Amino acid sequence: VRPLTTLPAAAIIAAGAIAAAHALDISGAGATFPYPIYAKWADAYRKQTGNGLNYQSIGSGGGIKQIEARTVTFGASDMPLKAADLDKNALVQFPTVMGGVVPVVNLEGVAAGALVLDGATLAKIYLGAITAWDDPALKKLNPGAKLPSEPIAIVHRSDGSGTTFIFTNYLSKASADWESKVGNNTSVEWPAGIGAKGNEGVANNVAQTKGAIGYVEYAYAKQNKLTYTKLINKSGNSVAPTAEAFAAAAANADWLGTPGFSVLLTDQPGDQSWPIAGATFILIQKQPPDPAAASEALKFFSWAYAHGGEMAAALDYVPLPEGVVGAVEKMWANTIKDPSGKPLFAAPN
Amino acid sequence: VAEVALPGQGVEAVLLPRRRALHRLRLGDGAFRVVTRAAAITVLVVLAGVILALVAGSMPALRAFGVGFLVGERWNPVTEQFGAIAPIYGTIVTSGIAMLIAVPVGLLIAMFLSELCPPVLRRPIGVAIELLAGIPSIIYGIWGLFVFAPFLQRTLQPALITAFGPIPGLSSLFAGPPYGIGMLTAGLILAVMVLPFITSISRDVFDAVPAVLKEAAYGLGCTTWEVMRYVVLPFARVGVVGGTMLGLGRALGETMAVTFVIGNAHRISSSILAPGTTISATIANEFTEAVGDLYTSSLIALGLILFVITFLVLAAARYLLLRLERRLGA
Repeated sequence: VRPLTTLPAAAIIAAGAIAAAHALDISGAGATFPYPIYAKWADAYRKQTGNGLNYQSIGSGGGIKQIEARTVTFGASDMPLKAADLDKNALVQFPTVMGGVVPVVNLEGVAAGALVLDGATLAKIYLGAITAWDDPALKKLNPGAKLPSEPIAIVHRSDGSGTTFIFTNYLSKASADWESKVGNNTSVEWPAGIGAKGNEGVANNVAQTKGAIGYVEYAYAKQNKLTYTKLINKSGNSVAPTAEAFAAAAANADWLGTPGFSVLLTDQPGDQSWPIAGATFILIQKQPPDPAAASEALKFFSWAYAHGGEMAAALDYVPLPEGVVGAVEKMWANTIKDPSGKPLFAAPN
Repeated sequence: VAEVALPGQGVEAVLLPRRRALHRLRLGDGAFRVVTRAAAITVLVVLAGVILALVAGSMPALRAFGVGFLVGERWNPVTEQFGAIAPIYGTIVTSGIAMLIAVPVGLLIAMFLSELCPPVLRRPIGVAIELLAGIPSIIYGIWGLFVFAPFLQRTLQPALITAFGPIPGLSSLFAGPPYGIGMLTAGLILAVMVLPFITSISRDVFDAVPAVLKEAAYGLGCTTWEVMRYVVLPFARVGVVGGTMLGLGRALGETMAVTFVIGNAHRISSSILAPGTTISATIANEFTEAVGDLYTSSLIALGLILFVITFLVLAAARYLLLRLERRLGA
């Protein structure tokens, strides 16, 4: 009886393999930050449609180079390209999901969310201008807290990362001094502190060193229950890093008025907005060399906008606001075309 | 060729199969020669390709910064100002610390294993050292970050700071604060990593010293130390230097383990407890997210510099050996 029962199973597997071979595979490469959610979406999408997504998380720099060299269907970058760079390579850019960056500290007796910082103070700490935890600036922000007279040990990312880009962008907006001395990029010339590799490296160095401060991705801080700080936002409110606070920052940003949707969600207005947030971006050619694959990629992202929100939230990413999604899809329909000039994506309405 | 014709057979009948056999052997040998030569040439082609790629890739940076790239300390991706001296310094200092520790310890282990070790312990210790060489460098890095660095932070580093604090000159070399990670930690991890190379090669060359030489020295009344110092070491010096160079090559190029424990700061500090960076750590950290031609090119130029450093070290070792040979008339 055994061999007979395995037969249909084998037939199904074979049929599946044939179907998979016929399905279209989309290839993408780039940023590591959104890799977990792209992988999850791709898995769910394959189950529904049979079409797969092959995403290589080789880093934003690699993603940009690959899409410029036209070796992938789409590239992914945590740092949005400037409008001029997009035009030069005939690329379009759109955001997919958002995440946030959270300062974390290691101070005896200070619980998660107990310490309050603002952008100017954070910049001074990372500039090496504030060197001890009992500095008047910190005392003023935390009138009730007992702050030790310990030196501040600064930890930053050593590897180039979108997290650093968002964090330094915030510091640049909050402090003219930071802007002129350091600036913002995926890696910068740090005036002080030690560099650690990855979120896990930063978290671990902070955990090991008394009086340390670092910054990590929101998802990483939340999943590992790190001692995060609150921040004072543009409206002067002290806010905690939550999905709602990121969504508030996104809702108040001027997406449609910025070419290439290259909005940086740092220091956004709004009572509830968390000040260090950012989106991750996809790059695709205006006239893709392989229109079929590009059209499939757009279908995938459209599906992800419509059905991927819950999966994103489960991984502590923040979905885009509705209005932004509509504008992105309209942009696709208007600008991405095959060689004959036919749009590769039909807007839903 | 003396031919012995068997009765009833012509000379040709004997020679023909023999010639055929010889021809076959010659063909086989020729093929063997071609294959081995091709394998050797492949190495040269690959090496030339690497050099070409490195030089071509680093041209934009070298053109933009000139000699300033070699001596500049700034490494600013925002303003695209790049100078390589901090990573060069870090590479040399960490490798120097590693060799300072690993060469004497490795030689002592090799001497113990080849001369003094009870036979029961020889194999276990030898295998243990070879196993050290088999551990992937990422494991060393994680172990260094999670276990070794906190240990140093609590023990060795505060001790060094207090011990050398009052001594002028040395106080800045061991200036705090004890972060745990830093150039000293990276050097110590590298020492553990290169130890197996130095030890196992030295042990092999020590074992190759003819027993009759050692026995003669012992017969003259030499102590074990004297035998090692005046008989074994001089005899085995080429191998010892070779093993040391292999270890140094590994220390110069090691990436993952160093990245985890060096602190990755583009600065030159007088203190070896301070964070620094190395060439390979910088490349590994920044290459994936480097955007812009000048940035990428500067990272490739760092690779070229490491290549040149490694080449110079190997050349210096060859020269040293050559002079040693000539002086000793060997």
